[in-house]
Amino acid sequence: MVKYSIFSIARNALQGHRNWPEQWRSPEPKTDYDVVIIGGGGHGLATAYYLAKEHGITNVAVLEKGWLGGGNTARNTTIVRSNYLWDESAAIYEKSLQLWEGLSQDINYNVMLSQRGVLNLAHNLGDVREGVRRVNANRLNGVDAEWLDAEGVKDFCPIINISKSARHPVLGATLQRRGGVARHDSVAWGYARAADARGVDIIQNCEVTGINRNGGKVTGVETSRGTIGAKKVAIVAAGHSSVVAGMAGLRLPVESHPLQALVSEPIKPVIDCVVMSGAVHVYVSQSDKGELVMGAGVDSFNAYSQRGSFHVIEHQLGACLELFPIFSRVRMMRTWGGIVDVCPDASPILSKTPVEGLYINCGWGTGGFKATPGSGWSFAHTVAKDEPHPLNAPFSLSRFETGALIDEHGAAAVAH
Amino acid sequence: MLDITCPWCGKRHETEFRYGGEAHIARPENPSGLSDADWADFLFMRKNTKGPFAERWCHVNGCRRWFNVIRNTASHEILATYRMGETPPKLPGGAT
Repeated sequence: MVKYSIFSIARNALQGHRNWPEQWRSPEPKTDYDVVIIGGGGHGLATAYYLAKEHGITNVAVLEKGWLGGGNTARNTTIVRSNYLWDESAAIYEKSLQLWEGLSQDINYNVMLSQRGVLNLAHNLGDVREGVRRVNANRLNGVDAEWLDAEGVKDFCPIINISKSARHPVLGATLQRRGGVARHDSVAWGYARAADARGVDIIQNCEVTGINRNGGKVTGVETSRGTIGAKKVAIVAAGHSSVVAGMAGLRLPVESHPLQALVSEPIKPVIDCVVMSGAVHVYVSQSDKGELVMGAGVDSFNAYSQRGSFHVIEHQLGACLELFPIFSRVRMMRTWGGIVDVCPDASPILSKTPVEGLYINCGWGTGGFKATPGSGWSFAHTVAKDEPHPLNAPFSLSRFETGALIDEHGAAAVAH
Repeated sequence: MLDITCPWCGKRHETEFRYGGEAHIARPENPSGLSDADWADFLFMRKNTKGPFAERWCHVNGCRRWFNVIRNTASHEILATYRMGETPPKLPGGAT
């Protein structure tokens, strides 16, 4: 791997940038691996990277049925934050945020983390009480959080409409200053390159069609490129988790829904923070190219098609214009959908399974991007040691039997 | 946007309807005899099928009645709608 630095840029500039090597190899799959990871999204690649880095397990393959950065990793609105309500969630998302803060240096790849501050708006007395409670809970968990009144919100984000006569007036907001955005496909590419450099095989265009087992223990996978043996198999397949887990006879408490997002034409800088509102369903930030990046809600119905219904976009834009009248003549350029795997308690599953040697990381629903580093880091521990890490132990599959659910519908910011 | 044919009112836009998730999940016959795992299966575990899928919809902004739809979750194509209590129509390949 060529280390990226000012010197390598200068050296390659003299050669007209014609001699940069590929960022990762594209090897033929071997017949056997210690660990096979199904799914080459951010979480799968991060899992592979931390397996190699933290646990010295490098005989690893990441199998991706499409291409890197073709799924949810590159379909989200790139928001990074850790202001979740419950202790269990705050712990894993805060670990994730701490890893984000050192990630560009760690993987020698600029993930363009921009800690520009995330506002979560309150529009009624219930929102205000919930927001203040969340600020207090965050602080007790060592997560930075502040409460702003309406004037404070206006100071932080001057283009917002705080008129009392608005349909949903802004009464205040929580602010996490360490929150912000990161460049989403850099995360996939950066983790892929760093994992590859440690010996991980990243195999694209390789769809898993079956999970082989012998006497309740996993032995490998069937793929579109042949049989691959594995001592351990980790499912990190996001929207297709139920499909893949079904290959091993597992039923999951997740349902897959389209979640849509959209971007505007590029405009001059107008908003230098992230604004989210769960109540009226808006979240918006501005990309470095100048596009307004906005997220809509989940479509109500189950689907795997990566597209949703237009009325969901219409609903989000109506609310957005109420908050930001200045956007009224901005044209939207693109909308798209990603398939999110939603758990009944809006919390993820990082867990061993009833099948020996089979692990699952899914159920991140509408908020998985921010968790990419912490998810991969703690899940790598589970796969390597065959035991939960303290950070992911509460997120076991068995919580649906014990009843110890972690209800994060309030902090998920997308109503689902 | 989906166009859904309500078995009572006919074809309407999706915005008139509310989604009800997987159809034909029967409440256990013997609730007190169920293990925690059985309860988890009933309450939380879902087929989440990719392909033809039997699901419930309610015509909330119309007749306000529940009914069943078989829809392909990969293509959004609606293959059949039928009333509550009716047997699902037989389709090539079947719905799960």
